[in-house]
Amino acid sequence: MNFFIATLLTPLLGGMVLGVLRNPKLAAKLNILTSVTTFTFSILLALQVLGQASLATFNGWFYLDAYNVFLVSLTAFVGMTTTIFSKPYMQHELEIGRVNEKRLRLYHSMYQLFQLGMLLGFTTNNIGVLWVSLELATLATVLLVSLYRTPASIAAAWKYFILCGMGIALALFGTILVFFTSSTILGHGNEALTWSLLYAHAGQLDPAVMGIAFCFLMVGYGTKVGLVPMHAWLPDAHGEGPTPVSAVLSGLLLNLALYALVRFKMLVDGSTHTDMAGHMMMGFGLLSLLVAAMALHKQRDIKRMFSFSSIEHMALMTFAFGIGTPLAAFAALLHMTVHSLVKSGIFFTVGHAAQVMGTQKMAEIRGLISHHPGIGWGLLIGTAAIAGFPPFGVFMSEFLLFTATLESYPWLAVPLLLGLLIAMGGLFRFVQPMVYGDTAEHAKHVHVNMMPVYIHFGLALILGLSIPMFLSQWYHQAAALIVGGGA
Amino acid sequence: MTFSQQFAQQIIDGMAALTLLISFSLLAQHRMLSVLRWFAGQGLLLAATAAVVAYSTGETELYISAMMTFLLKGLLLPWMLWRVIRKLHVHREVEPLMNSGITMVIAVAVTLFSFHIIQPIEVTSELLTRNSMAIATACVLLSMLMMITRKKAITQVIGFLAVENSLFFAAIGATNGMPLVVEIGIAFDVLIAALIFGLFFFQIRNTFDSMEIDTMQSSLIQKDDDE
Repeated sequence: MNFFIATLLTPLLGGMVLGVLRNPKLAAKLNILTSVTTFTFSILLALQVLGQASLATFNGWFYLDAYNVFLVSLTAFVGMTTTIFSKPYMQHELEIGRVNEKRLRLYHSMYQLFQLGMLLGFTTNNIGVLWVSLELATLATVLLVSLYRTPASIAAAWKYFILCGMGIALALFGTILVFFTSSTILGHGNEALTWSLLYAHAGQLDPAVMGIAFCFLMVGYGTKVGLVPMHAWLPDAHGEGPTPVSAVLSGLLLNLALYALVRFKMLVDGSTHTDMAGHMMMGFGLLSLLVAAMALHKQRDIKRMFSFSSIEHMALMTFAFGIGTPLAAFAALLHMTVHSLVKSGIFFTVGHAAQVMGTQKMAEIRGLISHHPGIGWGLLIGTAAIAGFPPFGVFMSEFLLFTATLESYPWLAVPLLLGLLIAMGGLFRFVQPMVYGDTAEHAKHVHVNMMPVYIHFGLALILGLSIPMFLSQWYHQAAALIVGGGA
Repeated sequence: MTFSQQFAQQIIDGMAALTLLISFSLLAQHRMLSVLRWFAGQGLLLAATAAVVAYSTGETELYISAMMTFLLKGLLLPWMLWRVIRKLHVHREVEPLMNSGITMVIAVAVTLFSFHIIQPIEVTSELLTRNSMAIATACVLLSMLMMITRKKAITQVIGFLAVENSLFFAAIGATNGMPLVVEIGIAFDVLIAALIFGLFFFQIRNTFDSMEIDTMQSSLIQKDDDE
């Protein structure tokens, strides 16, 4: 049985059915069912790949190795828990009239389309198709960001659309340049865009062209990763869109862009044999880390605040992949996993908190623990986890990253630590008053489902205490792959 | 190099020069309708370039993508934009350009810069000259400059689509076109993007009563100040 097809077809079919299904309650259930099925298939797929080092199907159109197969499972998993969270959340939004049934239908349909784009992007073996699927995922989320049709949400969606459109155009130009040099070696066809063949012939690619191409790819895909100074779209899109969308944007979409960037870095390294690509990534990473950590202190909106924290963490991963040692790559992969889990968990909690308090302004959110202990503790624990407190997984990955930095570039440990500390201060400065103290009078009672949050934080905790054997082997394999240039 | 190949190369170079010219005039136009006309002209020129490259290389895939370009970028997109503009009653509007002199100087600098960064690339294909590669880079950057300098939503979108056009030009000019699957995927994405843009125009109009980017962005800033 081929699980590739099943994994990709499920969201496609689900999205089509959800586009015409008129009953919102049934649609929410079907949305969950679709995502659970996708997740099941992705796990079966992962088990299939686990036995072998890599797997290519359909004449090499799809390709899975240690690096992307765990990202496929992660995407399907977070996609699944988000639908579980979204059911009561969107139901409440419907009741208070922020969305109507027609837009809810659009929401469900676009959500599955987004999933399709993500999964296709991770599994495809073709750098052109990767671009197309990332654009597809972006277009689906543009409609989701403007779902509430408020002036601010339309403005945010416009900004997202234009900035990411521009970024992704640069990425396409970079892709064309790669094809320009690879087509002279691999022939003028799809072979010249195929990851597995490109890696095998990386040494023959023209280093001058690849260097220029990487500059465009770095800025292009970097825009989607949310790196400073191309990050302006990110806080607005996260702040104005519905919370499930913020969760998948932060937890998943940014990962896909970074995944693409790292794949290209592996290719460029194999061609130029210099640290140019790595140094660029480290530079962008450190700059983004520091800027995001400081910008975090100036926020007033809770979702915007946490979106700056997302920029900070994506910056950490970019920096880690830039260092390029096996230890750093291991840390980055682990960080990718725990960040996806914890950050989407935080957004779930934040979404419920905003519904309970009827606002996203941090100044008006007070006394969450006394009003609704589940949400309050969830937010506090989530913040501790994302700030890098032991025993959560983020601590583990940040510690590994710190060690890797000390090994390779000891001086950079200073700005790295500084950025982490500033960001941590910012997070607690805002979260403390929100969770402790007396409940604000305007607090309401809302039906919430904290289960997905506990699952996410629980997994992050397990990853912090002891990484399961198969997972650490996986990371080791993937790290070796990334450092070794894909071969 | 045979005579016919030399001839094809000269035609492609000529078309590259025309494409660059169109990018410059897109930057300088301030009437909504003339921007749209130049944009349509760019689409048609692209289709013609693709057809010439297809003829001289004999690749059937390129004929298909030339046809697709003609239909999508030469006819469908300009027609869709024209309809939207009519419906929104902005077709007579004149967009004041900020510092058009400075914009032109920047545009010239961008073009020179593009020729500079393409310098180290060794050219191996017979059809391709370094010039067409540099011009493609320049067109991409110039269209982006157009997106930055424009203050209205519709002209910004035309800038966005002009970037896509320049990318397509880069693909045929530099590599004789991307594989068909990718080409179709990109065309599909552009079409969806155009549809979404169309939706957005009406939402923006209904919400803000204006098509100015600044009005729209101020709602985000205002929201921040209220808090």
